[in-house]
Amino acid sequence: MHELSIALSMIEQIEEQSAKHPGTVRSVQVKVGVLSGVDAEALRFAWELAREGTDLAATLLEIESVPLLVRCPACGNTHTPDIQSILCPRCITPEQDILAGRELMLVSLEIDS
Amino acid sequence: MTRLVEVRSRILKENDVLARGLRDRFQQAGVCVISFVSSPGSGKTTFLEKLMFRLSPRHRIAALVGDLATENDAARLSRACTQVRQITTGTICHLDAKMIDKALEGWRLEDLDFLFIENVGNLVCPSGYDLGEQVRVVLLSATEGEDKPLKYPTIFNTADVALITKIDLAAAAEFDREAAHRSILSVRPGMKVLEVSAKTGEGMDETEALFESLLAPA
Ligand SMILES: Nc1nc2c(ncn2[C@@H]2O[C@H](COP(=O)(O)OP(=O)(O)OP(=O)(O)O)[C@@H](O)[C@H]2O)c(=O)[nH]1
Ligand SMILES: [Mg+2]
Ligand SMILES: [Zn+2]
Repeated sequence: MHELSIALSMIEQIEEQSAKHPGTVRSVQVKVGVLSGVDAEALRFAWELAREGTDLAATLLEIESVPLLVRCPACGNTHTPDIQSILCPRCITPEQDILAGRELMLVSLEIDS
Repeated sequence: MTRLVEVRSRILKENDVLARGLRDRFQQAGVCVISFVSSPGSGKTTFLEKLMFRLSPRHRIAALVGDLATENDAARLSRACTQVRQITTGTICHLDAKMIDKALEGWRLEDLDFLFIENVGNLVCPSGYDLGEQVRVVLLSATEGEDKPLKYPTIFNTADVALITKIDLAAAAEFDREAAHRSILSVRPGMKVLEVSAKTGEGMDETEALFESLLAPA
């Protein structure tokens, strides 16, 4: 389960930020794309393990899952396909440019001071 | 008082930065780096051993191979090529850029044409970790289901080439080749797909030619 190493990097980045912005981290906002290779459920589980012994015991983890968004290079149509079937529904061009859905991002923190 | 602090940083940025550094180094050294991912036992080591035997008379080759434990795969690959290093990851289910960087210590990349990287057998965890490779190859064996790509779309989506391995077993396993091609192309339209057998040699000429075409002109 690679979500544990992901949770650990997340905590590292959160701690870097909270060193710059003193206070208690009330919540963290994370974006997880459907094509990021990360499972939100597993990430939550890993987060529980990884935050043990840190100052983040009461921090709320908010995961926003990001659907796939693609643009057709042939007709310019954008759509949110099922990840199992990406082709353009308008002109059936198979290859699509991925605009969103790959991200794995620490978006923001809420800090109480 | 509650403040919102915008961060907007990629969680795997440390790996991404290291991988970009590796990619630059590989490019400068003129070495073509190809990584291989698949579920456990799809035939990565067997294929690589055969491939390296074919390429080694004409090219300078090295290989890194990741496994949770044992040096067995490195020992197998050493039969085809002298520069092989095993990366044992312990509990970690994928290779990352830091492991590659460390494993390359002391090797002169300028003296290589190809560097092959066999990832840990796993269809989920390796997908988000860039290793700095030029091409990522995903393997699917004829003894797995044709719908594997639909079940693991992320790894297929991040790969550049798909190899259907153990094609000699297709008939015995009642493997539907067309369905397999279809499911690969529906998750990764336009992907190059080749069928190979390390056992009979079917498809090996074509695969070899594909990899050689990636080499920078001398
Ligand atoms: N019939 C047949 N068997 C094959 C072929 N390629 C590999 N095998 C067999 O499949 C089994 C697994 O092959 P490996 O090459 O070890 O697979 P791997 O992907 O490296 O496995 P891990 O590193 O453990 O993930 C071995 O018993 C091989 O002999 C093939 O083309 N045809
Ligand atoms: Mg192997
Ligand atoms: Zn279109």
